[in-house]
Amino acid sequence: MSAALDGVAAVGRGAIGACRTIGALALFGGAGLSHLLRPPFYGRMFLRAFVEFAYFSLPVVALTAIFSGMVIALQSFTGFARFNAESAIAGVVVLSVVRELGPVLAGLMVAGRVGAAMAAELGTMRVTDQIDALDTLSTNPMKYLVAPRLLAGVIALPLLVLVADTLGVLGGFIVSTVKLGFNPATYLINTVNFMTMTDVLSGLAKAAVFGFLIALMGCYHGYNSRGGAEGVGAATTSAVVVASILILAFDYVLTELFFAR
Amino acid sequence: MMSHALRAMNGAHPKIRIRGLRKSFGAKKVLDGVDLDVPAGSSMVVIGGSGSGKSVLIKCILGLIEADAGTIEIDGADVLRMDRRARDAVNARIGMLFQNSALFDSLPVWENVAFGLLAQRRTSRAEARARAGEVLAQVGLDASVGDLSPSELSGGMQKRVGLARAIAAQPEIMFFDEPTTGLDPIMGAVIDGLIVDCVKRLGSTAIAITHDMASARRIGDAAAMLYEGRIVWSGPAGALMESGNPVVDQFTHGRREGPIQMQLRR
Repeated sequence: MSAALDGVAAVGRGAIGACRTIGALALFGGAGLSHLLRPPFYGRMFLRAFVEFAYFSLPVVALTAIFSGMVIALQSFTGFARFNAESAIAGVVVLSVVRELGPVLAGLMVAGRVGAAMAAELGTMRVTDQIDALDTLSTNPMKYLVAPRLLAGVIALPLLVLVADTLGVLGGFIVSTVKLGFNPATYLINTVNFMTMTDVLSGLAKAAVFGFLIALMGCYHGYNSRGGAEGVGAATTSAVVVASILILAFDYVLTELFFAR
Repeated sequence: MMSHALRAMNGAHPKIRIRGLRKSFGAKKVLDGVDLDVPAGSSMVVIGGSGSGKSVLIKCILGLIEADAGTIEIDGADVLRMDRRARDAVNARIGMLFQNSALFDSLPVWENVAFGLLAQRRTSRAEARARAGEVLAQVGLDASVGDLSPSELSGGMQKRVGLARAIAAQPEIMFFDEPTTGLDPIMGAVIDGLIVDCVKRLGSTAIAITHDMASARRIGDAAAMLYEGRIVWSGPAGALMESGNPVVDQFTHGRREGPIQMQLRR
């Protein structure tokens, strides 16, 4: 009986802890966003975060996208050839890349690269008193450190996803025309015919949400890190893992929202 | 016994007046009713062992840690009951030198020094840079150091830059958290000398926390000892070594035997 009650208590503690974390995250994100609406604005901090998010993530996102597009074309061909449906490959590639793989893979790559870097930077600033120093210099750390990063995430990831979409489709085009013998003009016409503006915009909307989540997790875990180097390491790990899980969970929710009939 | 005597000495309302300040972390009472007066223009040194709550005291005054109870008055206004905007206005009049300098490692030295000017005063970058050069000279550093990254500086130079950042906005109040920790004795004396020079030149009111007795005597006009969450003694800094208080005597002379029992885990 006692063991059973202990189990129930543990579940209760876990649930309360989860609610507390969700509440803290919501307050943290809300505070960060509210600072975007009130001066002073730190344009240099935004530019720095934007360059980190967008420019320095380009190579990894580009490589991921182009290889993913190539793999989808190849895999689709082996499956569709059984039903003589090879002509649908261009549509499968473009819809897969634009709706799903572009935003999700770019999000996961950026979470690993930028989310980790944000958590480590803010975590180090926390344990070396740099965040406290901002306060003593009459600078609100949420406004100076968090708000510019949230904005950079929301703007930069959709731009990265546009690049990922283009390169993913290009990857499928290269494999389909060079290896599988498709006619280039026919492939491109099929691609354009299958794709709608809704597909592109839904992917970009997902990317904006994912960018916000990556920045939020990086900032939240870094900002609240404790306990020296070990704490910074734990914050970095948490930022990447939680952001990755949230990206996949929100991907389902947003897909349901955009496309469920 | 309490520092009310300092107010009587000065004969005016203290610049900083702390009454009944309490702060606990879980079951651990770190500050348990701290009373402290710091007269305007004086330097108060707070001494105490590691983990005695000295840093927590300063962080409560700055609003970096939320106190559980008590009052902290600066120029008669209770900062614990101020909104964020009013609190920021008070903090703008305070300079702080952190124990590990806490320089922003993503910024060059000159931007660290001029950070407060750039962030709040809306000074142009050219003016801020010129001002940073002037302040660096006041702490004995060449203006060319301004182009370096904080990671390229020695510990002593980082302290000087931290001090330059603290005085750049010419604050009315200055806090020094363990200013000589990690420095050799000569560099410690140099930093203490710079602190005294800066405080005197600006006419600031200062609180320094330390467990370095030589540093305490060099920096302070007055001293107070924090023990078990309370101020157990206060008086002139020159009387630290002959206070007549058994707790202070044990601490200042570094005796193993006495009323202070070190918390050792076995």
